Amino acid sequence: MATVPLKVNRIGLEPQIYKGGKTTLCAGCGHNAISERIIDAFYEMGINPQHVVKLSGIGCSSKSPAYFLGGSHGFNAVHGRMPSVGTGAMLANQKLIAIGVSGDGDTGAIGIGQFVHLMRRNLPIIYIIEDNGCYGLTKGQFSPTADLGSKLKNGVVNDLPPIDTCALAIQLGATFVARSFSGDKRQLLALLKAALSHRGTVMLDVISPCVTFNDHEGSTKSYAYVKDHDDPLEEVSFVPFFEDISVDYEPGTTQEVKMHDGSRLFLKKLDEAYDATDKIQALRTLHEASRRGEFATGIIYIEPDRDDFLKQLNVVDEPLATLPLERTRPPKAVLDEIMDGLR
Amino acid sequence: MSPIDVAPQETTTPSTSSRVVNDFSIQVATVNGSGSQTANIVLLRSILLMGVPVSGKNMFPSNIAGLPTWYTIRASKRGYVGRKKEVDFLVAMNPETAKEDVMTLDAGAAVVYDEPLKLNALRSDLTFYPVPFDKLVAPVCPDAKLRRLVRNMIYDGVLAKLLGIDLSFMDQALARQLGKKAKAVQMNAAALKAGFDYAESTFTKQDPFHIEKMNATAGKILIEGNAAAAIGCMMAGVTVVAWYPITPSSSLCESLIGYMRKYRMDKETGKATFAIVQAEDEIASLGMVIGAGWAGARAMTATAGPGISLMSEFTGLAYYAETPAVIFDVQRVGPSTGLPTRTAQGDILSTAFLSHGDTKHILLIPNSVEEAYELAIEAFDLSEQFQTPIFVMMDLDLGMNNWMSDGFQYPTKPINRGKRLTADVLKKLGEWGRYKDVDGDGIPYRTVPGDGMPAFFTRGSGHNDKAQYSERPDDYVNNVDRLNRKFETARKFVPKPIVERDKEARIGIIGYGTSHWAITESRDQLREETNVKTSYLRMRAYPFNDDLPSFIDAHDRIYVVEQNRDGQLAMLMKLELSPERCAKLRHVLHYSGLPIDARSVTDDILAQEGFEVATKAAPVSGSHGSMTGGE
Repeated sequence: MATVPLKVNRIGLEPQIYKGGKTTLCAGCGHNAISERIIDAFYEMGINPQHVVKLSGIGCSSKSPAYFLGGSHGFNAVHGRMPSVGTGAMLANQKLIAIGVSGDGDTGAIGIGQFVHLMRRNLPIIYIIEDNGCYGLTKGQFSPTADLGSKLKNGVVNDLPPIDTCALAIQLGATFVARSFSGDKRQLLALLKAALSHRGTVMLDVISPCVTFNDHEGSTKSYAYVKDHDDPLEEVSFVPFFEDISVDYEPGTTQEVKMHDGSRLFLKKLDEAYDATDKIQALRTLHEASRRGEFATGIIYIEPDRDDFLKQLNVVDEPLATLPLERTRPPKAVLDEIMDGLR
Repeated sequence: MSPIDVAPQETTTPSTSSRVVNDFSIQVATVNGSGSQTANIVLLRSILLMGVPVSGKNMFPSNIAGLPTWYTIRASKRGYVGRKKEVDFLVAMNPETAKEDVMTLDAGAAVVYDEPLKLNALRSDLTFYPVPFDKLVAPVCPDAKLRRLVRNMIYDGVLAKLLGIDLSFMDQALARQLGKKAKAVQMNAAALKAGFDYAESTFTKQDPFHIEKMNATAGKILIEGNAAAAIGCMMAGVTVVAWYPITPSSSLCESLIGYMRKYRMDKETGKATFAIVQAEDEIASLGMVIGAGWAGARAMTATAGPGISLMSEFTGLAYYAETPAVIFDVQRVGPSTGLPTRTAQGDILSTAFLSHGDTKHILLIPNSVEEAYELAIEAFDLSEQFQTPIFVMMDLDLGMNNWMSDGFQYPTKPINRGKRLTADVLKKLGEWGRYKDVDGDGIPYRTVPGDGMPAFFTRGSGHNDKAQYSERPDDYVNNVDRLNRKFETARKFVPKPIVERDKEARIGIIGYGTSHWAITESRDQLREETNVKTSYLRMRAYPFNDDLPSFIDAHDRIYVVEQNRDGQLAMLMKLELSPERCAKLRHVLHYSGLPIDARSVTDDILAQEGFEVATKAAPVSGSHGSMTGGE
C-alpha cells in the first residue's frame, strides 16, 4: 500500500505544527483571519516554531498568540507593555524571531510610550496592531485610533483626532511600516512574509473589524467601510530567498526592494509614482489618504539596511542567554585588579 | 543671603588640655557644583593612607549647582564608620549656611572658615581659624575661571597642617583622584601647599584634634556601595541590564557600564558579552528584565522608591508567571518624590508585598559594600533558583557614600541556574508541566525559548500547572498555594541573619542594612557607658527563618532599629510572630534623611529602658526626626 506523502514545507514540517489553540474570539472577528495569515506565512517561509517567540499585551488582539504557532513560546504580558518584554527577550537571545501582537488600545493608549520607544530602537520584531478602533474586551469603548466622526453602536460620536500608528512609526524610525486589512488575504500574507525577511522593526497595522462592537453603519472600521475605502498603494509580491523565480516587469512600473535575507519584494505601482523608501512621501501619502477618509494600504515605508538594535549595541553574535560562565564571569585577576585600583 | 555680619564678641580661647586622637568628625560645608568633592575625597583618602579608619558621608541637595552641601568625614581609631552625631571640626565655606553651621556646633569644636565671613564673632567656646581663601588661591591659580574649583584644595592643606596629616599622603591622594590630568594635579598640589604654608605660618594649634599614624587600614579599599554592587553583578555574569536614571541608584548602573566595557568585551571579536539599555522609564526597565529573564538571561535593573512604585504591576507578573529578575532598590526618602538625595529604609514593607493580589517577594538587605557585592551575586542565583524577582534593598547611605572595606572575595560557590528542563530530566519526569511541583518544594521546571524543549504560554492570567489558561477555582488555589510553598522553601535558602549573642544580655537589638554601623557602635556605648549588655541580630533577608523567634525568646525586650517612620521590618515580623513575641518588640526609629547615628540609638534605648538621658542638643532622631546641618 503506497503511503500518501504528507504535505510539508521546506524544513519538512507539516502545516499542523503551525496551528495554535482553538480561538475564543467572536466568530467573524478580523483577528482570526490575521492569525490564519500568520500561520500561512510562517509555514510557507519555513520558520521553525521553536525559534519563535510570540508576545502580546492585553485585550482581544493580545489573546490571539494562543491561536497560532502552538509550538512556540508565548508571553502574554501586561497591558501596553509588550514592547519591553519583547525587547528583553531579543536582548537575551537575538537568534529568536519575535512576533508581537497588540491592539489599538494596547498600543495607542496605555502602551503608546513603549510603542514610541520600540519604534526608535529598530529592534528585530514584527509588531502587529490588530486595529478595530475600539476596546472589544471591555465591550466597545472608543480607542485612540477611532476616526473623527466615527460612531459607536449607542450613537456616541468620536470627536478626538485619531493616532495614525503608521505615520508615528515612520516618524520615530521604524524601518518597515505597512498597513493592511484583515479581509485582504493576498496582501496581508505577502506583507507578513516580507516582514519575516526584514531585520529590524516591522510595524504592521492591520485594520481588523470588530464584528460585535464596531461593524455597524457610521463606524469607519466596519467591514463595509474598510472595503470601500481601502486604497492600496501598490500590488505587493514577495519572492523569498529560497525560491528562484524571475519576475518581469516594465521599467518604471514596479519598485524592487532587496530584503536583508536575500528575498525580494516587488511593489507594482498602482495610482501614481509611489516610492516606499521615501519617508516624506510616505508621510504625505498617509495624511492625504486620511483627509480623503481612506486607508492607504501596502508597504508604506521600508528601509531594509539600517542596523538593528542588537548591532547598535555591539552584542556578540551568540545568544547572551547561553554564554557560558567563563565568558560572563571575569577571572580572579580582574577582581584583583579592580580591588588594587580602590586601595 | 550674603556673608553674615555680626558684632564682634569677646573671644576666650578654649582649653586644649586633652588631645583627641583619631576619633572625631570633620564637616565641610560648601556649595554644590563648586568642585569640593575632589577636595573631600582627597582628605578622606589621606586619612586612610595615614592608617586611620575613616568614612565619608555626603549630604547634598537635589540640585546641580548652587545649593548647600555638607561632607562629613569621620576618623575613628575603633573603626566606627557610622555617622557621628556631633561635628568636631567644621570647614565653613558656604556663606549661606555658615552661621547656622557654627551655631549648632558643640562647645570645644574647631572651625576653619573663609575669613570674610567673620564667624569668630559668633561664639566664644569654639576655636576659629580664619583663612583668606581668595587671597591664597590667586597666586597658585592664574586662571580666574578655575579658582572657584581650586580654592577648595586650600582647606585640605590647612587641615593637613592643623590635624597633622602628612602632606605627602595628600599629594598621593590627589594624584590618584585626578589621574593623568597633570596640569590639574600640579595646580591643586600648589593649592594644598599654599594652605599648608599659610596655616604653618599663621596659626597656633589650639584645638585638641589630631590625626596620628596607625596601622589599621592596610589592604583596605574605599568604594561606594553602588560600585560594589555593580562589581557583584558583573561577577554574577549578568548579561542584560535595563535601567532608568534615578537618584540614588544611577551610579550603580553607570559604574556597571564602566566595568563591563572594560572587562566584559569579547577578546576575539571586540563585541560585548552583555546588553545595557537605558530604557524609557522604570516600567520598561523591568519589562525588559522580565523578558530577558524569561528567555534565559541573567538580567537586572536598579532603581529607587519611585521606580519601585512604577514597577509594581510588572513585579506581580514576574511573581505569578515565575520569571527571574534582579532589582536593586537604592532607597531614598519618600513618599512620592520625597527627599531624593537623603537616605532611608522606607521601602521594606511596600516592596515585600509589591503588586496587587496575593504577592510576596524575597528581599536581600546588605549592610556594607562587601555585602552589596556578595548579595548582588547571591541575588542572581536566588532569582533563577526560585524563578521570581529578587529585590536587593540598599539605601542611599550605602550606595552613594564612600566606605572602607576589605577587598572582595572572588566567588567560589558554583553558579545556580535553577531548574531547567533537559531531555534527561524530561525522561525522568515522564510528563512535564511548566507549573507542576514535582519535587514538593514549590519550584517547577522551566524551559526557555530556543532551548529545544517543549514550549509553553506564559501569562499573567489564571493558569493551571500546564500553563494553560484557566479560571477554575481549584487550579487557581493549587497554583497560589504552590507559590506559597515556594516562598516557604526560600526561608531555607536566603542569607541567614547574623546573630551575636551576649549570654548576660536581657535585651536584644534587631537591625538591618546600614543601621548596622550605628548599632554596633551603640552596643559598645551601652556596655561601656551604662553597663547595658545587648545581643544583636542583623536581618539580611526576607522571608525570615527560625533564628528570629529563637532570638526573641532568648531576650526580655527586643529593640528593632530602623530608618523609617513606621517600623516597617518590625511590622513584617509581627505578621508571622506569636502575640507573646510581638509584645516584646519595641521600636528605635530614625527617619530624618540623615544616616542613623549611634548616639541616637543609645539614647533612645536607654530612655525606653528607663535611664535618665541627658538631652544636650535638639533631638535629631526618633519620632522627632528633625534635621541637623541646616536645610
